Amino acid sequence: MLEIRNLHKRLGGKHVLRGVNLVVNKGEALVVIGGSGCGKSVLLKHILGLMRPDEGQILIDGQDIAHVPERQMNTIRRRFGMLFQGGALFDSMTVAENVSFSMDEHERVPATARAALVSKTLATVGLKGVENVFPADLSGGMKKRVALARALATDPEFLLYDEPTTGLDPIMSDVINELIVKMKQSLGVTSIIVTHDMTSARKIGDHWAMIHEGAIRIHGTPDEVFASEDEVVRRFIRGQASPEQLHEVWGDAARAADGPPAG
Amino acid sequence: MGPHLPFVGTMVENLRTAGGVFLLLLETIRSLFGRWPRRRVLVDQFFLIGVRSMPVILTTGLFTGMVLAVQSFNQFRRVNITSMVGAVVGVSMVKELGPVLTGLMLAGRVGAAITAEVGTMTVTEQVDALRSLATNPVRWLVLPRVLACVLLTPFLTLMADLIGIAGGTFICVNVLNVEWAFHYANLLDWLTVWDISVGCAKSSCFGLLIALVASYKGFNTEPGAAGVGKAATEAVVTSCILILVSDFFLSVLFAAIRPEWAE
Ligand SMILES: Nc1ncnc2c1ncn2[C@@H]1O[C@H](COP(=O)(O)OP(=O)(O)OP(=O)(O)O)[C@@H](O)[C@H]1O
Ligand SMILES: [Mg+2]
Repeated sequence: MLEIRNLHKRLGGKHVLRGVNLVVNKGEALVVIGGSGCGKSVLLKHILGLMRPDEGQILIDGQDIAHVPERQMNTIRRRFGMLFQGGALFDSMTVAENVSFSMDEHERVPATARAALVSKTLATVGLKGVENVFPADLSGGMKKRVALARALATDPEFLLYDEPTTGLDPIMSDVINELIVKMKQSLGVTSIIVTHDMTSARKIGDHWAMIHEGAIRIHGTPDEVFASEDEVVRRFIRGQASPEQLHEVWGDAARAADGPPAG
Repeated sequence: MGPHLPFVGTMVENLRTAGGVFLLLLETIRSLFGRWPRRRVLVDQFFLIGVRSMPVILTTGLFTGMVLAVQSFNQFRRVNITSMVGAVVGVSMVKELGPVLTGLMLAGRVGAAITAEVGTMTVTEQVDALRSLATNPVRWLVLPRVLACVLLTPFLTLMADLIGIAGGTFICVNVLNVEWAFHYANLLDWLTVWDISVGCAKSSCFGLLIALVASYKGFNTEPGAAGVGKAATEAVVTSCILILVSDFFLSVLFAAIRPEWAE
């Protein structure tokens, strides 16, 4: 179980997280949504101890990891896999070396078994024959899938996905969605998925949580979130700009679609 | 008040850098006692830092030795001791110019490259990815570079010394018609094993400074391509200054502990 209590973080003079409280049960998939720049990636980094909170607790199976020293943190991190928003592939290494990084670092796997495992993991994300390619020579969507393969290859108990389907075509997005569901169902992985993709969120999320102004605005099942009366939540999931935002775009001129211009 | 502020800001910044570099040194020493980096990573760095720096170091050493011979010849001719020119070139190369010029050239070539690479990895979250895969970035990135710089600068310095002396000898004997026998005798008489060793020891310290400052600046790069460029420039300037300053103190230190047999 993963629990976040009253998490605060200031970054570059900005109070990004202002008291986030969140519980993710074992085997559950939580979808985190929220506006761009609201702190979703920052939240994920706190869970892995890549950033340390100014205030608050992060409990993993009851253990507070907020102030665990870096060295001990590595033991905890081995239970996690993370897909970074930009992939964060090591560009001095080939795709195969990226995927097998954790194996090579922490286990002794014979070369043949290693190669087989790498191919198998790459195949699960729909990639073939790219083992010896360097990340710089891959397309954006392929990078993302290699990064996903690297996160999966560690057999983690917890998977943190930062926008797994952004930049992928609709078919590939669906493959990734199915993969996330499969990881949850067949391996019992606990996952947190940050996404802007509502179709994907619908498909994979047991619960949804929305971050707004540094705190959790709503947390519930997708149906509960859809039924919410909260104007901020409703606008976000329907993808509607607020009247103020419309005004900034259109100025005083009324938009044609909204009806005949005034006067 | 106003005009003083930038200066105070720079002071604070420099103190922060000094502290950060010192902490990085401690962490690097600590990682020495853990598991060592993979052999391939080490070999890559040794090749990049050692072999690839040779042309630049050899050219610098050669021309420094030659210009030194020409300039001292013009002075020494007045007092008719041109047979001493070789000794002057030898002692200057071995004690100061070899180590310092090697250090400065490496700061430009290797220091900038280290900062650019580590800085790019920082801003593209590859450093975070290393940590998320339970790998200490200091062991993975800094240790190989520090080892290569510390262990290889003495050899590069020796090469600079050697080719500088050879260049000086060529100018003296073949161009300025100094008697070979006298030149050779004086050179041997004045060069000491102690001075050569002190030169090498100093250059090792410069290598350590270069690798640590460059890595520190890389880890603290501000986001964006401009950030990486700025960090690389800062790394070169800072390590050049530190090389010149520490050269003074190291020379004083080694002069103080000079044993009797070296007189
Ligand atoms: N290392 C950092 N230093 C300073 N500010 C940061 C840092 N990382 C993030 N921020 C700031 O924190 C805020 C939240 O960033 P974050 O990346 O978490 O947004 P996000 O919700 O993931 O957005 P997006 O949907 O666009 O990915 C932003 O204002 C960002 O500028
Ligand atoms: Mg993000």
